Amino acid sequence: MPATVGWVWLVLLFPLAGFLANGAISVLRLDAKRAVTTIGVGALVLSFLVAVAVMAGLAGAPADAPYVLSLWQWMPAGRLEIELALQVDQLSAMMLLVVTGVSMVIHVFSVGYMGEDPGYARYFSYLNLFVFFMLVLVLGANFPVMFVGWEGVGLCSYLLIGFWFENEAFANAGKKAFIMNRIGDVGFLLAMFMIFQAVGTLSFIEVFEYAPRAFAIGGTAITLITLALFVGAIGKSAQIPLYTWLPDAMAGPTPVSALIHAATMVTAGVYMVARANVLFAMAPISSFTVAAVGAITALFAATVALKQWDIKKVLAYSTVSQLGYMFMGVGVGAYAAGIFHLTTHAFFKALLFLGAGSVIHALHHAYHHTHSSEEAQDMRNMGGLRKWMPLTATFMWIATLAIVGVPGFSGFFSKDEILAATFARGHEAAAFYVLWAVGVVTALLTAFYMTRLMIYTFHGPNRSGEKEQQHLHESPWVMTGPLLVLAVLAIVGGLINLPAVLPGSGWLHHWLEPVTELSAAYLPEVHLSHSTEWVLLGFATLVAALGIIGAWRLLKPAALKPAREAPEETGIQKVLLNKWYVDEIYDTLIVRPIMWVSENVLWKVIDKGIIDGFGANGSANLARAMGWLGSRLQTGYLGTYVFLFVLGALILLRVVTGWEL
Amino acid sequence: MWPVIDLGLPGGVALALLPELVLTGCALCLTILVAWRHRSEEDQLLVGYLAAVGLVLTAAVVVVFWVSDVRAGGLESMIALDGFRYLTDLIVLLGALLTVLLSLGYLGRERILVPEYFLLLLYATVGMMFMGGGADLIVIFLGLELMSVSVYVLAGIDRRSVFCAEAALKYFLMGAFASAFLLYGIALIYGFTGTTNLGLIYVQTATWVFQENTMLLIGIGMLLVGFAFKVAAVPFHMWTPDVYDGAPTPITAFMAAAVKAAAFAAMLRVLLEALGPVTVVWTEIVWWLAAITMVVGNLVALAQRNLKRMLAYSSIGHAGYLLTAVASGTDFGAGAFLFYAFAYTIMTMGAFAIVAAAGRRGERDLRVEDLNGLAKRRPWLALAMMVFMLSLLGFPGTAGFIGKWYILSAALEAQNGLLAVVLVSTTVISAGYYLPVIMAMFMKPPASDDAHEHVTVTGAARWVVAATAVVLLVLGVWPGPAMDVAGQGGRDLRPSVMITVSK
Amino acid sequence: MLLGPSLGLSAVLFSLGVAGVLFRRNAIVIFICIELMLNAVNLSFIAFAQQLGRSGQVIVFFVMAVAAAEAAVGLAIMIAIYRHKDTIDVREINLLRG
Repeated sequence: MPATVGWVWLVLLFPLAGFLANGAISVLRLDAKRAVTTIGVGALVLSFLVAVAVMAGLAGAPADAPYVLSLWQWMPAGRLEIELALQVDQLSAMMLLVVTGVSMVIHVFSVGYMGEDPGYARYFSYLNLFVFFMLVLVLGANFPVMFVGWEGVGLCSYLLIGFWFENEAFANAGKKAFIMNRIGDVGFLLAMFMIFQAVGTLSFIEVFEYAPRAFAIGGTAITLITLALFVGAIGKSAQIPLYTWLPDAMAGPTPVSALIHAATMVTAGVYMVARANVLFAMAPISSFTVAAVGAITALFAATVALKQWDIKKVLAYSTVSQLGYMFMGVGVGAYAAGIFHLTTHAFFKALLFLGAGSVIHALHHAYHHTHSSEEAQDMRNMGGLRKWMPLTATFMWIATLAIVGVPGFSGFFSKDEILAATFARGHEAAAFYVLWAVGVVTALLTAFYMTRLMIYTFHGPNRSGEKEQQHLHESPWVMTGPLLVLAVLAIVGGLINLPAVLPGSGWLHHWLEPVTELSAAYLPEVHLSHSTEWVLLGFATLVAALGIIGAWRLLKPAALKPAREAPEETGIQKVLLNKWYVDEIYDTLIVRPIMWVSENVLWKVIDKGIIDGFGANGSANLARAMGWLGSRLQTGYLGTYVFLFVLGALILLRVVTGWEL
Repeated sequence: MWPVIDLGLPGGVALALLPELVLTGCALCLTILVAWRHRSEEDQLLVGYLAAVGLVLTAAVVVVFWVSDVRAGGLESMIALDGFRYLTDLIVLLGALLTVLLSLGYLGRERILVPEYFLLLLYATVGMMFMGGGADLIVIFLGLELMSVSVYVLAGIDRRSVFCAEAALKYFLMGAFASAFLLYGIALIYGFTGTTNLGLIYVQTATWVFQENTMLLIGIGMLLVGFAFKVAAVPFHMWTPDVYDGAPTPITAFMAAAVKAAAFAAMLRVLLEALGPVTVVWTEIVWWLAAITMVVGNLVALAQRNLKRMLAYSSIGHAGYLLTAVASGTDFGAGAFLFYAFAYTIMTMGAFAIVAAAGRRGERDLRVEDLNGLAKRRPWLALAMMVFMLSLLGFPGTAGFIGKWYILSAALEAQNGLLAVVLVSTTVISAGYYLPVIMAMFMKPPASDDAHEHVTVTGAARWVVAATAVVLLVLGVWPGPAMDVAGQGGRDLRPSVMITVSK
Repeated sequence: MLLGPSLGLSAVLFSLGVAGVLFRRNAIVIFICIELMLNAVNLSFIAFAQQLGRSGQVIVFFVMAVAAAEAAVGLAIMIAIYRHKDTIDVREINLLRG
């Protein structure tokens, strides 16, 4: 193992130490803002540097088997030995760089954004802890360690979404995220269990090596396993039907939305599918399901984003949509493409969120000065902000061009590769053409709603108010600096994986080959002729242009009114604004019936004054109802107890003598 | 070569019983002391400290035995000399020690002035040591009775409280009732095999054709009924919530932890050592007991608002988990039991310590809401309680998780897959009553400005809370050595089959 | 002596004891029934001892000692309850429930 690769455990150590140190500062209520900043940001800088060293070490060494660094044996119990082991290979090193790099930038941004928040130390400790768990997830060498990271990031997400937990709605958003993640996790656990039953081990290297022997290609076992894994991914990466938590998660501080809900945690599902590429390649039905769910989610979320007024919600639905693209990519077997889009998305989505954060920060500041209680996140209260925040506007335009897929920007290359891969598989099944078409329509919608966002926020007349305008200004360098870095990445990021028709192509694809080659045996050989590629590239450009121009011409920012004066929406616009009423449907079909049953069963207990509401979790109320019944059995009379005792004894005796008595 | 004690000689038996003799000696000396000094609180504290010293001394003797790996030689043995006994003794002594430390402050606060309290604890512990170390059914029975009678009194020690008295009455009546069943089982097994020695019973059951013998089957059934009562398996558990609720909190902790561990140890010893050849008969029963107990215990706990009652039902749930370990019928299961019993003793003691601290004098009804905002006023206590709750839940990173994992492995190895599923499902359900405690402490505001003023954990109890929390966390990430030790203890449970002639 | 009938008698006595515990209200009577159960078991020990050797009879001594200790403790507890509630009818004693 190259020397620097062996340092990988340091990458975990720094954020963990940062969490403990800042956590202590927070619990002890020390007034040490400088220290918190140094520790919090410093930990990430150090992590990033080590990550670079690890990557360099890996790149320099011959690309043989992945390097596994075993830290210690956690539990030798029975057949299963769980090791706390880290795996450094091309995929995990790539993710390592992305996670530490983007996190570092966002940490710096947070210094400015959260500067005045009383929970400053707590914020940084949670953020560091999150990075720690994300790195555990990415570096794990076996399913259990990955699961520990999986759960850990879920926990941190909960803590950070509900950061301002005194606000009940925000705390509930955190709970919703946690619960939906949990539902997905059942899938992950089931998959782990099934894998262990079949293969007898849970370490990645071994599982992927034995898988071809243990499972029949396309058989029930492997399909169930991969579907179960995908269920976990659906929960974590906010795909249909477990996506509703992500828009609600916008309740947390904006840097949190940038880091967790754009760049890192939500991509864990994509990473997981890419990591288990062998398994998915062996189960074509599951792979197609992945791609189809991804495509449908992408389209659906894009339609909702068309009509949202809250700037963060637009970006949230955009994230769901882009995640759909990533799943489409890994679903059709283009694992490198999926990871590529994951990377570029991290750059431009983080940039978009941070930029939005800058804008919200500025508006908050302005409203604070004028003692107004307007909604700072509503785009109807913005407009023409490029006059006061030129830098932010420029950077966000760069990100917009990237996400829309304008040639030359990173998003263009990553999105195109996914679409090309989907198209290329079309000749084996027409369904893939359908997916490709869905992807193209989504791209059109993406261009439209992103341009809409930019127009309403930065262009046109300003709707914030006369007095507020005086207080609007560009954010300080600690906040715009990170934007600059991300903007540069959003532009040049595409270079790491240019399409085949261009020179210097496919660096990332080649880099990841040692990881993805295992699955190559099960995937059909796909080949796009150069001319088809050029046509697709051109088509993509055309679609992007159409979207942008369409939005520019059709939308009239001048006609907008500030949020409180805005008219009610009607018709299809209302449906889109209300997110197709999905939350309401969930509520009516699932939550309400369970709650009705338990409320009516528990009615009597209200006399005893024991009832305690359990929030929106209807299934918990059901279990409580059953528990209440059992509790009623505990009458307090000795006679009852003895009776049940004797009854139990008689039954036991009958069983033990085999009904001979 | 390990030291061998020839149990054929009277001196040998005395030497083998050295730990019990030491503890009994201490208890007797303290009895005499109490006859003179029983007037004031200082006297009571003195007795308490001395009792703790006695327990530590006994533990030291056990450790010496354990480390030198003393074995039995000679023919007949009424007392076992194996790792299982030593480990059970240590668990039980630890439980008793923690109870003593907790009681020191509690008794003062509740104005209970009964120095005999500590004596009874010591005697109960002696009984428990016999239960874990007995190699003869009668020895186990006597140990069980010694423990039970002592605990009947302890449960009702607060004469001023009607709840205490009620708890003691219910425990006594049901306990005596169950002991009669146990004894009948012993009688029938004695009748069938002609002996009460565990090793000899093993020999007999291995060689006789038992399928036609109803007497043995009924005997086993009655035995299981008796044990099921003691470990609080459903449907023999109904005494548990009431007795745990009414008894003084340190005694509840003692009952929930040490008494349960000892009862399980006795059960395992009898089932594995004596009835090893007929596992087919009893594993199915224990399987059902485990499944139903886990489900009922955890479900009814959801409906509880009183913290002590909730913990009582939770301990019923845990009895279910331990029964899962027993149901595997292997020494691997015995090893899992040992590990979980240790972890469970610690976490239960810790949780009850906090419950005791959070209550006021004479306060009967401590509810989850009363813990609201504890994290703001007493952050370290809240943190410790969080560790205990998470460990009881089985959250990764705590000893509780490792313990459950160990039990799951044993269950899967014994082809009890369904039981494993029930274990995991009920663990998920149990989050529904453990997590609200944590949420109340950390996320709800305190009820009033002076809400937690009275919550103090003094001196000895402070050490209890801190040490138990730390150990749980350490075991959670570094369980290897402890698991090895437990596994070895489980393997020692194989009967020493001796070629001998029965009487 | 006949083993079968002795065991039968023991079983009958045991069952009577169980029935008593189930159906009687007075705590002392319940306890007497429990004593009945224990003595029924003693009877079977003795019956077995006829066939298997004297250890069965020795066991009876142990059991009697235990029963005596239990009786002492049990009656003390009943006095304690009586002091609080003026009754030892188990149907009146149910403050702890749920």
